[in-house]
Amino acid sequence: MTVSSHGSGGADSSGPTGNEPAGDAPVTPGAGWHRAGGEDLTRPRRKRRKGGGGWGGGNREAAMVPEAEFSSYYGRQIIKTPTWKNPEVPIYFFLGGAAGTSSVIAALAEFTGRPKLARNAEYVAGAGALASVVLLIDDLGRPERFLHMLRVFKVTSPLSVGSYILSPFSALASAAAAFRLLDLKPVMGLGTKVLPFLPKIAGAIPLLRKSSAVGAAAFGGPMATYTAVLIANTAVPSWHAPYDELPFVFAGSAMAAGGGITMALTPVDEAGPSRRVALGGVALELAAMHKVENGHGVVSEPYHLGKAGKLMKAAKAATVGGAAITALLGRKRPGAVAGGVLLAAGSLLTRMGVFEAGMASAKDPKYTVIPQRERIAAREAARGATTDGTEGNDITSGEASTITR
Amino acid sequence: MTAVSSASPGLGKGSAGTGAENRLFGPLPDVQGEAGYGEDHPARVGFFTDTSVCIGCKACEVACKEWNTLPMDDSHGKRDAMGMSGMSYDNTGMLGANSWRHVAFIEQSRAVDLPMPTIGRPGDDRRDSGLPVNPISPQADGPLNAQTSVLNAEALSEFDPQTSQSGGDKQIRWLMSSDVCKHCTHAGCLDVCPTGALFRTEFGTVVVQGDICNGCGYCVPACPYGVIDKREDDGRVFKCTMCYDRLTDGLQPACATACPTQSIQFGDLDELQARADARLATLKGQGVESARLYGRDENDGVGGNSAFFLLLDEPEVYGLPPDPIVTTRDLPAMWKAAATGAAMIVGIIGSAFLGRRRS
Repeated sequence: MTVSSHGSGGADSSGPTGNEPAGDAPVTPGAGWHRAGGEDLTRPRRKRRKGGGGWGGGNREAAMVPEAEFSSYYGRQIIKTPTWKNPEVPIYFFLGGAAGTSSVIAALAEFTGRPKLARNAEYVAGAGALASVVLLIDDLGRPERFLHMLRVFKVTSPLSVGSYILSPFSALASAAAAFRLLDLKPVMGLGTKVLPFLPKIAGAIPLLRKSSAVGAAAFGGPMATYTAVLIANTAVPSWHAPYDELPFVFAGSAMAAGGGITMALTPVDEAGPSRRVALGGVALELAAMHKVENGHGVVSEPYHLGKAGKLMKAAKAATVGGAAITALLGRKRPGAVAGGVLLAAGSLLTRMGVFEAGMASAKDPKYTVIPQRERIAAREAARGATTDGTEGNDITSGEASTITR
Repeated sequence: MTAVSSASPGLGKGSAGTGAENRLFGPLPDVQGEAGYGEDHPARVGFFTDTSVCIGCKACEVACKEWNTLPMDDSHGKRDAMGMSGMSYDNTGMLGANSWRHVAFIEQSRAVDLPMPTIGRPGDDRRDSGLPVNPISPQADGPLNAQTSVLNAEALSEFDPQTSQSGGDKQIRWLMSSDVCKHCTHAGCLDVCPTGALFRTEFGTVVVQGDICNGCGYCVPACPYGVIDKREDDGRVFKCTMCYDRLTDGLQPACATACPTQSIQFGDLDELQARADARLATLKGQGVESARLYGRDENDGVGGNSAFFLLLDEPEVYGLPPDPIVTTRDLPAMWKAAATGAAMIVGIIGSAFLGRRRS
């Protein structure tokens, strides 16, 4: 049953067999040795990409630039695939972002005379925060040990820092939402049965709610961006390479979601800030995502291929469509609802696409080996340039490296 | 009780002499001291795995499984499943939660053209054997490729214990290498562990505490070598401990004890490094130009390894990353970007509220 698995190295039948004389085989680093017998899975099928900006989403036949050869152990992946649950973890990223930005919107709406926007944003933040906690605990292999997250504090662990962001954020955001719920008479009645002292402190509830909302807002921004550091600080090539751009993707995506959802829920005369937040977020997300998708050579490729490529395309369509509807029809309620839903969907799809791209890059050894080989070559070139200025630039010819060493 | 973890190099005080440098990457002469152990801690220990004398017997794998009572798994880490990898004599497949030693097996062949007299640049017969010089191929090892010369090929078939001649124009060689957790100087798994379950031992190794791990799985993608993994039905992560229980009782790790050819050598790290340097010089002297040490260089991306290797081909041929880095090296830049992003959220939302109310 488990006999199969040639990994990703399913060489096409016309590929090298490994049995031909070395004269016909491509040179691998390693003195002409190549894997003997059968398909040469140490050199998986040659993936090709089109030159220039147009990345092919599977149309590899239209190849113009052959990619670098690389070796691997039977096409097996080098790093391990993240064990995080899909779609729970990308949904957590989405909810954390939407809740984080909504909490900031809520706090500002409280003090600028927008009671309905404040109420809705507090509900979104509180619900998102609680769901985030549930999803995070659910993702643990030993959920009953969730509190072990809080037994140490380590700045080197984004998940440790994140636990210290999520814990106070979820406590404060859900407290603000709970105080807001007490505005409803049935809830107040029910609450009084459980906590008989509630009516006595009824006068203080708005103040408690506002301070909770402000406290949650203080953690709202970090709540939206720490998850980008969480995935960037891994050996997963397509997450690590854009490590200084992903936080901005997540920040923009979070604003699009938080702005979009609160805009959809709130009467248009109060929802002006949400509209502007959503549009600002879309601009930031698209700009940062463009760099992630195009600025990192072979490691950008997974963002365009397979499931991740489809998700990213859908995300872009939803985000751009949502932004257009928001800008043009956002001042009418149906437009606001349609735009908000599309923006939220775009944000969720973005997180799922980024997640999938990372998973795909972990599963194929080429994304681990080729960038590292390029790093070595660049280092050798730099060393060659210092010791021998004339040959250092020509390192990729393979002969220069012999000379410069 | 929340405590600032001693396993957090960013916050550790660091003992005298180590200073504040290289907490996240780079050479670190005293890893145990950096982790908070006192002056009297034992020497850093390690494995030197000399793959040139590995015979692929897998005694190390068996000894490891026996001693650590690891469950059976197939070549994809699926527990209690029996299955052939279908690719070679290697049915262990990879390191994982249930396999803490993995003997890689690679059969290679190459054409040699022994009778032909060659004229060419000394040390390079690629044009003579008809091999195209591929300009794209990352020829990072430079002169190591010189072993393709016919003279060296003869030397190799005579001296390289894993090379044999099959027929007049074709050589076959078997590469075998017992892979293991590298116990990095700057261990990504240890850096990112949010519970403190992973810790640095007094021997400089990195070990998971099973009673603390809550299975968050962050260490799994953090390892640049793909060593640590989650045991699915257990929920926690597992990896080589370098037999921490045996070390504390003055014994050698099970795999090194079982190795019949001394391919796996255990000892104090400085001593192993000296031994490895000598072995490399011997092999080079015998004409095995492709020999190289892996994980020995303390200036590499992880600050060097406690478990390092002598390889006969490129690292990626064995399934090892050619230039691993500890991703925490870039963490300060990531936190900066995240803080800037968070500030932008507050700034953009704040300015969105500045506009006049419109209906």
